[in-house]
Formats: sequence, C-alpha cells, structure tokens
Amino acid sequence: MLPPAPALVTTAGGFLLVLSIVAPVAGVLLEFALGERYVRPVVSTVIPVGLAIAAAVLVLLPRSDGHLVYLLGAWPPPLGVALRADGLSAVMLATTAVVICAVAIFAATDFRPQSVEARTPFAFWILLLAIWGALNTIFVAGDLFTLYVALELLTFAAVPLVSLDGRAETLRAALRYLLFALLGSVFYLMGTALLYGLYGTLDIVLLSHRVSAEPGALIAAALMTSGLLAKTALFPLHLWLPPAHAGAPAAASAILSGLVVKGSFFIVVRLWFYVLPALPGFTAAQFLATLGAGAILVGSIVALRQERLKLLVAYSTLAQIGYLFLLFPLALDASGRLETGQALAGGLIQAISHATAKAAMFMAVGSIYAGLGHDRITGISGAARALPLSVMTFALAGFALMGIQPGGASLAKELLLQETARTGQWWWAGVLQVGGMFTAAYVVLVLAHALSPPDRPVALAARPPRGSGLAALALALCSLFLGLLPWEPYLPIPYALESKLFGVEALVKLLVTVLGGVALAILLSPWPHPLAGTVARRDLKTVPGPFRRACLGFGSLVERGDHVLRQWPAAGICMLAVALLLAASMFGAN
Amino acid sequence: MSIATVFEIALAVVVLGLAIWTIAVPDTYSATVGFIAYGLLVALIWVRLDAVDVALTEAAIGGGLGGVVLLGAAARLRGTEAMTMERPSLIVRLSAAALSASIAAALAVAILLPPNPAPTLAPDVVSNAGATGMANPVTNVLMAFRAMDTMLEKVVLLLAIVGVWSLASDQAWGGRPGPRHQADPNGVLAFLARLLPPAGIVVGIYILWTGADHPGGAFQGGAVLASMWLLVIMAGLVDTPPVRSRWLRLVLVAGPGLFLVVGLGGLCFGSAFLAYPAAFAKPLILSIEAAMLLTIATTLGLLLAGAPERSAER
Repeated sequence: MLPPAPALVTTAGGFLLVLSIVAPVAGVLLEFALGERYVRPVVSTVIPVGLAIAAAVLVLLPRSDGHLVYLLGAWPPPLGVALRADGLSAVMLATTAVVICAVAIFAATDFRPQSVEARTPFAFWILLLAIWGALNTIFVAGDLFTLYVALELLTFAAVPLVSLDGRAETLRAALRYLLFALLGSVFYLMGTALLYGLYGTLDIVLLSHRVSAEPGALIAAALMTSGLLAKTALFPLHLWLPPAHAGAPAAASAILSGLVVKGSFFIVVRLWFYVLPALPGFTAAQFLATLGAGAILVGSIVALRQERLKLLVAYSTLAQIGYLFLLFPLALDASGRLETGQALAGGLIQAISHATAKAAMFMAVGSIYAGLGHDRITGISGAARALPLSVMTFALAGFALMGIQPGGASLAKELLLQETARTGQWWWAGVLQVGGMFTAAYVVLVLAHALSPPDRPVALAARPPRGSGLAALALALCSLFLGLLPWEPYLPIPYALESKLFGVEALVKLLVTVLGGVALAILLSPWPHPLAGTVARRDLKTVPGPFRRACLGFGSLVERGDHVLRQWPAAGICMLAVALLLAASMFGAN
Repeated sequence: MSIATVFEIALAVVVLGLAIWTIAVPDTYSATVGFIAYGLLVALIWVRLDAVDVALTEAAIGGGLGGVVLLGAAARLRGTEAMTMERPSLIVRLSAAALSASIAAALAVAILLPPNPAPTLAPDVVSNAGATGMANPVTNVLMAFRAMDTMLEKVVLLLAIVGVWSLASDQAWGGRPGPRHQADPNGVLAFLARLLPPAGIVVGIYILWTGADHPGGAFQGGAVLASMWLLVIMAGLVDTPPVRSRWLRLVLVAGPGLFLVVGLGGLCFGSAFLAYPAAFAKPLILSIEAAMLLTIATTLGLLLAGAPERSAER
C-alpha cells in the first residue's frame, strides 16, 4: 500500500525552494530592465547565489528526512500549490547549477557585453537565467499545472537560443522546435485537465493517493507522456533536435543538449514514478524502452555518418536520450508497479552524467569550430596538436559517456545491469552494452581523426580563450568523477557498488566496449579512416570488404529512414501513434 | 425544446462546421478568417457555460489579437503560397485522419465518462474568498491560491518578447519594432483611432477594476488596452517605442517585478512567499493587477508589432 500522505506543512529550510526559483527569475527581470551595462554584475551575483542555494538544499535534505516542502502563500494543497524537493530534485538542482555556471564562464567571452547594447548578448544572458529558473521550477514543483507553466517557461527560453545567430537555417530549426514543442504542451495540458476533472486536484502527492486505473486516467497518462516525449525528442519524435542542437551557438547547444531535454525527461519520471506508479504496467514500460532502443540504434548509426562534428554530437544526444528511457522497464516490481529503486537511481545518474559530459562536449566542439573555422570531421586532423585543450575535453567527456570508470555513466550502467539481472529482462542488458559500444564508436571516430597527423600545418582561424577551455574541461572532469560522489543520501544505491567499479572484471568490460566501438566505427562510418597503422589496419584486414559494404548500405538505409521520420507528416503521425499505443498498452495492463 | 436549447444546438453545429471548413479550405487567408470567427463563436459557447472569464479571454486573444497576428502572417505568405502547395500522399492523409479520429474518440471517452459527482475545488475557493476580500473566484485562484503560476506566466510573456525581439537584424537592434504605418489623416482609420481609444481605455480599466468581484481582470483589460494602442499605431498617429527605451523596459517588467517584490515581502515579513497580510490583501492584489495590466497591454502590443526593424531616429 501507499505510505500515508506526508503532513502538508512547510518544513524548515523550505524557503530555499522558493529562492531557487526566485533568484534566476529576479535575475531575468533585472537584466531585462537594466540592459546591457548591468548584465555582468547581475549574472555574477545570481550564479554564486544559485550555486549556494543548490548546495544548501544538498546539505539540508538528509537532515530533514529527505523531504523539503514549502506551501506557497501558506495555502495547503489542493487549493494552494506546494513546492517539494526530494533526493532527485536535490541532485538535479545541483547539476543544473554546476552546468549553468560552467557554460556562463565559457560564454563570457563569446557573448561579452559591449558598451552599446547588442542583440545576441542581451538575449543570451536573459535566456540562460530563464532556463535555470524554469528547470529549478520543474525540479521542485509539487503540482502538475506548475509543471506545465515551468515547461512553457523552458520552451520559450530554449527556442530563441536556437536562432541566436539569426541565419535563415537556424530560424527554420527554431520554428520547427517551437511548433513541435507546443504540440507537446497541448498534449500535456489536455492530460492535466482530464486528471483535474477526475480527481479534483493536481497536487502530486494528493493525486498519487487518489488515482486509480480508470479509462480517463489512463488516457490522461498516455497524452501527457507522449507530449513530454515530443519535448524530450525521444525517437521517433526527434524531428526538431538535430538541426536545433547543431545550429545553435556552442554555449547554447551545451545548455539545450545538456539541460533542456532533461527537464521534460524529469517530468516523465515524476509522472510515472510519483503520480501513477501502478498504472503504466509492463507493456507500456517495455514500449518506452523500445523507443529508447530505437533511439540508440538510429541516433548512433546516423551520428557515425555525419560529416559535421556538431551534427554528430547532436545525433549522439538523440541516442543518449534513448538510453535514459531504458530505466522504465527495469524499475518494475513483481506486481507491475514502478518502484523508486536502483533503476531510477541509475537512470538519473545517467542523466546527470550526460548533462555534464554533453555540455562539455558541445563546448569543446564549439572551440574546435572557432579554432579551425570549420567542423568537418574529415578535416580536423592535427586538431589535437593545434587545440590540445579542446580535444582533451572532448576525449574526457567522451570517455565519461562511454562508461569509463569512475564516470557517472559506468556507475549508471552497473546499476541498470544489476536490475536487468534481478528482473530477468536480459534483453535490456544487451541494449545497454550495445549502447555503450556505439558511444565508444563515435568518440573513437572523432579522436582518431583529431589525433591523426595533418597533411599540411594547421592554420588557426582564432585561438579560443583559455578561460572557456578550462570551464569545459572542468565540466568533463566532473562527469568523469561522478561515480565517486556520495550518492546514498539522495538516491537509493547499494553501498557496496563502488568497489565493483574497479578491478579486473570492470577492465574487461571496458575493453569489450572500446573494441566493440572501434569495430562499429570502422564498419559504419563512410569516411576514409585515419586509423591506418594502428589497431584499425589489422582489423580492416580481417574484415572482409563485402561485409563492410553491407554495413554501410544498412547505415545509409537507416539514414534515409531517419530523414523520412524528420518530415512533418511522418513526425505528426508518429506523435499520434505513440499516444495511441501508450494508451492501448496501459489499457491492456489494467 | 426551449429556445435556448435550439440556440445551443445551432451554435454547436456552426462551430463544428466552421472548424471543418477552416481545416479544409486551401487558401491561408480564408482559413485565417474562418479561425477568427471560430474563436468568437467559441467565446459564445464559454458564455453559455457560465465561464465568462474564459469567454472574455478567448474573444480577446483567440479571436482578436491572435487573429491580427494570423492575418499579418497570411498577408506576408501570400506571395509564396502558390509555390509551396504540395499535398501529402493519400496514405499519409488517411492514416493521419484515422489516428486523429482515434485520439478524438479516446478524449470523448474520457470526457463523457466523468465521475459523478465530479470532484471540484470550486466550493473551497468560494469559502476561502474572505482571505482576499474579493468575490471573483477566478481572480482569487489567479492572484492568491495559485499566485506562483500566474507570476511565472508573466515571465513567459517577457520571454516571448525576448524571442520576438531576437529575430531582429543586428543593425536594427535597439530600434523601433514593425514598419512605420502611414494612413490618410482624414481617413476612417485615423478617425476611429481618435474616437475609440478614450472609451477603450476606460473599458480596459473598468474590466480590471470589476475583475475583483465580477468576471474580468488584468489579462482581459490588458488585451483591450493593447488593441487600442495598436489601433493608434496602425493609424500612424504614434510610432512604436524603440526597444532600447528604459521606460519601455520598466513597463514590461513592472507586472512580474511587483508580483515578485510583494511575494518576497510575504517571505520576509509575512507568513509565506506570496502570502498577503489579511488587512492589505485587496490593495496589494489590485496594485499588482494594475502593474500587470500595463505590462500585458504593452507586451501584447509589442508581440504584434514584431521585431525591431528601424533605427530609433526618425
């Protein structure tokens, strides 16, 4: 049975949750009203304050029984609105603060405020703080409608970031993003209205005690989930992601890819685990994870075929989003109820690891682009010597993503693998391993090109500022050492796990991942390989030509399929189909 | 069958027919006109459902200002429309229709099978109205019980402005939004732009004031003020303000800014963030709403005016 509803009172330290929203929002208003000259003082005040608030929540949470509550206006739900923080909220607040801080340092030179107000710095700094405020609201909101407002805030802050440089192509990407995200909002809002009509409350805790498996609730759940999937760009609802994430300026891409898609993902988690854990059932969870597996396959294969580095990283985000959704079937208990256990912890750590690593990766790619004046993968040979800091950042972030110890991804993978064994869903173990290999494949591919000696001396178009490079490197290192952090007070993680991260067995797993990645890179990337003379030459000799040709043919088929799915008619049909299939699978389970 | 029922059935038939026509008609301009009429009729339905606050907003935004945006877009698209007319294949259209019909059926199931009696917070809202001293339940929900959501919604409006402005070219940054409108100073538009605003401004402020106890409020009043401002701009009587203007910026953050300050006052000196002391609840809420009225009117007007296009100098 459900635990009794926690008392609806403000806890000590609950005001921190208010401040976590108010600080960035106040920053937005001040920046807008005061204009360019005051951007620097406002941002350099809000960011330390925000970091301090996130740290204070981390410190206070374990001392107040793992929950912080604040009743806004002192009105208790269901009439009023509550803010609540649990372990999930606390770690996400901290991650967001750290990533925003690093991106702000990175962007300090790109979007340097000038004496005469200019368009891009004005918009960028307002939108950066607005995204922070929106995400913090998502992490601490205790009410489904407050979550809707936060989603709107997030969308309206994220879309202009895409078209910041004003090229026609990025405007098209931004409009695509806006329209599809609004479609997602409508689906979410319809579901919210249905739930209010059924239960007379939108408070997450109250709703979780009242909700039952009736047709209206199941339809609401399916609508809300599919709307959120559209905003998260889970395959096959990803038509907006590659152009938006690849076209935006580097600092904006880092925020969009690292943080923004995690916002709607977090709401899916809130909805499924905390509002209606008993409703989705086995089939719906398998369906979500199947879409995730599709995302890993399509995203990774298309990533390996990209000519431009930023598009490669954008497609890798698509694959990594799929990876996050593998947690849902693994969290089912014997009765088909979602348990807030190890699988959820694993998924969340994966999200955090991706947030830090992918932000660092986009910033590194941005520096490489700025340095070389282009980002064609075949043309980046010699980059390692010319731009060592950026290439090292890319490498470290890539290692963290592919699951090298003690990175967050390796801890997450270990947690999820244990859950596949416990729940007997061996097929997801395979997907997890293959996902790691694919990640290794595109990281190895890029590094092989960047490390190979250039045909002629590399002429730098511009030298990226050192401060920017160090901010990205710090973020990559964060991701690489996530596995060593004390997660126990916030997430349900078995104590003895960390020792398993090291040792012979872990080393073998790592070798398998990397070698598998090398093989995949050779088989699926159409570009001439710069690996000749290293491991690759021996591999190439053993791989018969026709087999590689078949793989490349398969790759181009997948790429064409992806192209079809990214057209409006196909994406719209997919959206409706996902909503209907989710509803059908939930009806089947109840 | 009473007259009211006959009217309702006729209204429903017309709304459905208009909706289908709006989707089916190939010409963008006709579809836009259809959509505006649809918005006004839907507002009538809201009135029949006794949701006058929703009806006012739907008429002002869905029919009025949204209609102006769409008409402007349709006018701009006119030249390119002939080139981009490609119809999706029959299979695509059939599957889209089938899927949409299934979704509509699922929604119908959910809506037509409500629990009996339907749970609602309306009695709670009414019984707690004393805390603010205002009788309009919608205003109480927006300004007291769910004040946080309302405040954040105003920040969304501000972000919409940032988004529209960020479409400007770098040279035009800081300048005036939209084209400079010229109209015959003795024509009908200029005449209306002199005649209507005094009355419109009074109506807008009245809608805000009466919102305390009756349907109305800052959003509806702001929409009326915005339409008056736009009328004067389109008649060429005044120009849009340059976006660099400090005054404009202050007006645009006034609503959420005052909301935030009052909220923080509650956090520091009162019982909670966004809690109003009982003695000052109504004056505080009304002053926040007055600031929001200005902010909303200016925001809606500027959203329609578009991105900065011209330098601030004439």
